[in-house]
Amino acid sequence: MNAAILSSPIIGESPDAKDFLLSVEALTVSFDGFKAVNDVSFYVDPNEIRVIIGPNGAGKTTVLDLICGRTKASAGSIKFKGQELTKISESAIVQAGVGRKFQTPSIYDDLTVFENLEISFPRGRTVWGALTFKRDAEVRDRIHEVATMIFLKDQLKERAEFLSHGQKQWLEIGMLLIQDPELLMLDEPVAGMSVGERIKTAELLNQIIVGRSVLVIEHDMKFVEDIAHRVTVLHQGKVLSEGSMERVKNDPKVIEVYLGH
Amino acid sequence: MTSPVQTLSKSLTVNDNPFMKPMEWVSLALLAAFILIVLPATLDAFRLNLVGKYLTYAFVALGLVMCWGYAGILSLGQGVFFGLGGYCMAMYLKLEASSVENTKIQSTPGIPDFMDWNQITELPLMWKPFQSLPLTLILILAVPVFFAFVIGFAMFTRRVGGTYFAIITQAIAAILTILIVGQQGYTGGINGITDLRTLHGWDIRTDSAKFILYFLNGGLLIGCILAAQYVKKAKLGRILLAMRDKEDRVRFSGYSVAGFKVFAFCLAAGFAAIGGAMFTLQVGFMSPSFVGIVPSIEMVIYAAVGGRLSLFGAVWGTLLVNWAKTTFSESFPELWLFGLGALFIAVVLAFPNGLAGIYRSYVEPRLTRKVKALAPVGAPVPHGTPAE
Amino acid sequence: MFGDYSLGDLGAIFAMQGFAGLILFSVYVLMALGLAVIFGQMGVINMAHGEFMILGAYVTYLCSTFFQTHLPGLFGIYFFVAMILAFLASGALGMIVEWTLIRHLYKRPLDTLLATWGLSLILQQSYRTIFGAREVGVELPSWLIGSVQVTDTIEVPINGLFVMAITTLITVGVGLLMYRSRFGQQVRAVMQNRPMAGAVGIDTEKVDRYTFGLGCGIAGIAGSAFTMIGSTGPTSGQLYIVDTFLIVVFGGAASLLGTIASAFSISQTQSTLEFFLSGSTAKVLTLLAVVGILMVRPQGLFTLKVRR
Repeated sequence: MNAAILSSPIIGESPDAKDFLLSVEALTVSFDGFKAVNDVSFYVDPNEIRVIIGPNGAGKTTVLDLICGRTKASAGSIKFKGQELTKISESAIVQAGVGRKFQTPSIYDDLTVFENLEISFPRGRTVWGALTFKRDAEVRDRIHEVATMIFLKDQLKERAEFLSHGQKQWLEIGMLLIQDPELLMLDEPVAGMSVGERIKTAELLNQIIVGRSVLVIEHDMKFVEDIAHRVTVLHQGKVLSEGSMERVKNDPKVIEVYLGH
Repeated sequence: MTSPVQTLSKSLTVNDNPFMKPMEWVSLALLAAFILIVLPATLDAFRLNLVGKYLTYAFVALGLVMCWGYAGILSLGQGVFFGLGGYCMAMYLKLEASSVENTKIQSTPGIPDFMDWNQITELPLMWKPFQSLPLTLILILAVPVFFAFVIGFAMFTRRVGGTYFAIITQAIAAILTILIVGQQGYTGGINGITDLRTLHGWDIRTDSAKFILYFLNGGLLIGCILAAQYVKKAKLGRILLAMRDKEDRVRFSGYSVAGFKVFAFCLAAGFAAIGGAMFTLQVGFMSPSFVGIVPSIEMVIYAAVGGRLSLFGAVWGTLLVNWAKTTFSESFPELWLFGLGALFIAVVLAFPNGLAGIYRSYVEPRLTRKVKALAPVGAPVPHGTPAE
Repeated sequence: MFGDYSLGDLGAIFAMQGFAGLILFSVYVLMALGLAVIFGQMGVINMAHGEFMILGAYVTYLCSTFFQTHLPGLFGIYFFVAMILAFLASGALGMIVEWTLIRHLYKRPLDTLLATWGLSLILQQSYRTIFGAREVGVELPSWLIGSVQVTDTIEVPINGLFVMAITTLITVGVGLLMYRSRFGQQVRAVMQNRPMAGAVGIDTEKVDRYTFGLGCGIAGIAGSAFTMIGSTGPTSGQLYIVDTFLIVVFGGAASLLGTIASAFSISQTQSTLEFFLSGSTAKVLTLLAVVGILMVRPQGLFTLKVRR
């Protein structure tokens, strides 16, 4: 889908910063003196699935908020393909190629599945563009293609309100896919899903990884083991540990945080 | 990868997003027939002019449907834009009525009478552009839309919305009213700009002129409905709806939310301005009593009664409320405020989608059942897209 | 514009206009306090707030006529009785309104605005039907009439001083109630996290009802105080509603101190300007300044950075 970035290896530290798709460095944000994210650094390679785990309140969602511009950083830098994200608007961040899925399914209840996907189609994003937007064959084909991937091709004409919880999550993932972002950020994509839906979601994630990186927050360890290339553990706003799932699982600091009280 | 998909999409290439659905064409035809045929045929000149006046408020209601119903931005200051449009028109008409010949008894002939009364001896700079008709016609739209743009831009880029925005717009309506009343010499004060006579030499006070203006007004209104329908049907209309419910999702789909809000607000201001100008032409004056808080919020109720998401409803709602107002205040003036107050409460509590909502949940299902019964082999009736 | 006055005159003008501003400030604070409780704590816009205030004013008017005809001996203290009755009447009406109307609309703030506007129309017409369209004034007891001579050029009216004293008292009372009492704690708990407050056993619906009633009751007291300095008509409340909303928003909605500071700055600006310019220009300039500042700093004057 996106031919620009293909070659770099999935695992292995690259010495040169511009090879990273996303580099987060010394990122800090404080709310009234409380440092929700404190000096966090990590790097995401092209075509990597990175999972962020950590106990409640570790600052996981805040990290995603900072990357997509929803929250402004107090200090530190976020570079995406060499471009500094902390200085530009949310819509510019999206247009640079970063997509974000929210924790609770955030879709347009009053619109149909088709219209939900259509709004996310990356064309006609200005006022004038939206006025003159044409629903042409390209748009239709792409929507049907994505709808097929997210298991919703038979629900295109249905109002999004009437979808099941799992279907809503998929729809939001689909709305991001249609933007074809190079970095896809998912906040607890399988929370509240049935076992069957989880398996399908893992399948979906493995399918959409081609040509992009995915940054996922997840609590479900089974799911994390299934999909993660690498795992970053956050604790009290700081990076506690990082590496393969195997390594992280055996890290005494992580065990301490998760098990030892 | 796309081959099965392509066959699927072919079956859907029939236009699934037409400009108007059949029922909407019927609604438009009904409304046009009522305004342009039934009313002129049955009402005397006085009553027709009265309806013409009501219909100028419908422009405001139409704007509110787009701005409030669709974009979720409640402006309690639409009277500002109605008034600005109306004042722009009135200033041109007043200058034409204040020719040196007509005002030779004044100490300074050639300027509007109220300026003379307030010891102003020269036409103020802000009045100068209104000596030209083309410039006036441009300014009627440009001034209110620019004003809306400034307000909207300042507020929406700072993420101010909801009740805050409503309060600020209301304050602006209050400020403008005080300003107009206070600056008598420049604005005509509390009485407004009165004694308007001709438009480019054409006497607008005659019955025939009023008759023609009524049709011009009706035509413009239908033009505005079509324009609003275009916006509503474009992707922009769906973005407005999406933004109203999930603003963050739209923002993180790569849209600059503020821009769309500014557009909706400016569109509403533009509609209101046209209404204001047509008001001045048909009624023959403009005064601060159409600018302030009370008229502004009353205009919201027109849209609410008609149905905040229905363009046709806005027009019917305006007509209905104003008809009720005239009838009641003629026979039971005491009751009218009770009635209006109760209407506000009832619409909000019991009928949040107004007349259009009642029509859609009670009348339309029956109608479609009848239509189906009449034409059993006909095409399936398309179920409505939500929230129209 | 200062050219025609000597320095001493100017000092006296500023002092007296400052005092006039303080009276305006008192009325603003009393009205805004009630609104700040309702809007700041509950997020509800009550467009009928002015009418709740006028209810208090009418109750005071009724009291004054009642004392005059039936208890002339106690006329000197009628105002205190009136104030309590005004609080109870407006508060009770507020609780009824909350129960019948507002509680159905907590999730639709814009609709609340329209519904309460409807309510304000109904109340206005009720006042007109009951008390007539003409403005009514109360008879002041003798000890409130007159003024205190501070210096040769500066004198201050007693009723103004009295209104200010009451305002101070009520403000301190509300402050204590909101920040020091169990009730205030519950109110703030409900506003910050409704489900959690419910889970720990707070009757959230009751808290809503009492909060709304309290805000309206304070408006009633404001109306009572208002009769000391002006006359009351069916639409008097509407004159103040925009100013009051601006004060609350300008002060940063949720903070009582902010409300007071903003009422102070607005009333002082307005009354000082009023002396040199026409009343309407002063008002326009003041309101424009407030709206202008709000456009640049929409969160108001006194707010902290909070996590969204």
